[in-house]
Amino acid sequence: MNWYEFLLRNRSEVLERSLEHIGLVGASMAISLAIGLPLGIALVGRIKLQRWVIGTANVVQTIPSLALFGFLIPVPWIGGVGGSTAVVALSLYALLPILRNTCTGIEEVDPAVVESARGMGMTPRQVLWQVQLPLAAPVLLAGIRVAMAMSIGVTTIAAAIGAGGLGVFIFRGLAMVNNQVILAGAIPAACLAIAADSGLGYFQRSSARK
Amino acid sequence: MAGLSDGIQDGYAIEFRAATYRLPSGVALISSLNLNIAGGETLVLLGRSGSGKTTTLKLINRLLDPTEGEVLVTGRPSRSWDAIELRRGIGYVIQDAGLFPHWNVERNVGLVPQLERWPEARIQARVREMLSLVGLPPEEFAGRRPSELSGGQRQRVGVARALAADPPILLMDEPFAAVDPITRADLQREFRGLALRLRKTIVFVTHDVREALFLGTRIALLDQGRLVGVYTPAEFLHANEPEIQAFAASLEPGAAHEGVQ
Repeated sequence: MNWYEFLLRNRSEVLERSLEHIGLVGASMAISLAIGLPLGIALVGRIKLQRWVIGTANVVQTIPSLALFGFLIPVPWIGGVGGSTAVVALSLYALLPILRNTCTGIEEVDPAVVESARGMGMTPRQVLWQVQLPLAAPVLLAGIRVAMAMSIGVTTIAAAIGAGGLGVFIFRGLAMVNNQVILAGAIPAACLAIAADSGLGYFQRSSARK
Repeated sequence: MAGLSDGIQDGYAIEFRAATYRLPSGVALISSLNLNIAGGETLVLLGRSGSGKTTTLKLINRLLDPTEGEVLVTGRPSRSWDAIELRRGIGYVIQDAGLFPHWNVERNVGLVPQLERWPEARIQARVREMLSLVGLPPEEFAGRRPSELSGGQRQRVGVARALAADPPILLMDEPFAAVDPITRADLQREFRGLALRLRKTIVFVTHDVREALFLGTRIALLDQGRLVGVYTPAEFLHANEPEIQAFAASLEPGAAHEGVQ
């Protein structure tokens, strides 16, 4: 049986797993954006603290994903087998690119522009929202794009701790020693990643034009 | 900005009283500066890079606060002004103009009126008036992005933006330094005419002696954070201090002539 025949025959489960996958990615991206954007903004100009926080996020990034999922299972409140543990781990992975690009994006805005904004009498909040963030948007979106592509890939591994998603087919295929079943998980996951990346890429380009 | 305009009628627009600005490391960028700037004059702060010109300027609109002494703006200590309110009443033009690259010319020029919540129609009319004033036809330039302008045009937009809310005081930090010599001469000539007509109090920073002589009603010479002296252009050319002679020596023959006409 070919992988696409498998997909067709199991289309309702494929659809269900795809939606699970999107849900896991969406939830973890929402969490890491909710933490990463404000934290990144707060870290602008605080060099020491920034090095420390981004260094920590960097270390988290180096933990193999399968190991991180495993480590989190025994942790009270957030741990256990299933979706919530996976979302926590995925959020931690997505945090670094978002955090780093928020900081560098804002810091790379032309200092003359920021100085004249302040000198003309904009409040710090107006400088942030009307000048720094719009000008940092392309760099910021580039970070979100990297985080998104990575999350979609890493989410396939979340199936190992019972979180569902397209990784279910990959692990099933591994157990059955059947490449076609592996492909039935891997190809839709890759398509998702490409679709999300080109969508965000479009946003990024249009924000750079502005 | 009624407060700012009213204060200038009597007394000085800006007074520095033993104003010192020290970095946290203890290095003084400006040391006990005493300087009075009258309403309606164009005072040029002249000096080499690192002489404290820009620091002096930033003490006026509270981008910096003096660590010792005080700066009075229209008779009121700068610290007693709300920084945001003060800055909206003081025009500010810097080198390269510092225009917002993501806004078109119209929005850039209308910045302070928009911050001050003027009605939309009044902002639009004012922007057009300001663009015409600096020699840029509004119908041609209002919709352009700063990246679609030449260096000289950007500086003109910078001046238009600084004047938009009709502030009584204008601070200019080497506004014409980044353009080619011919454009610079044009801008200087037009700006001089503008300054004479508008009767604003202008503090103008430059390291170019010819520009100082051409634009200033008085010239304050700074050296390593200290005020060497304040001179009219004529006095400046005939003064004996070695600092002044060093600056005067940087003039080409004939330039002095043009400066004091």
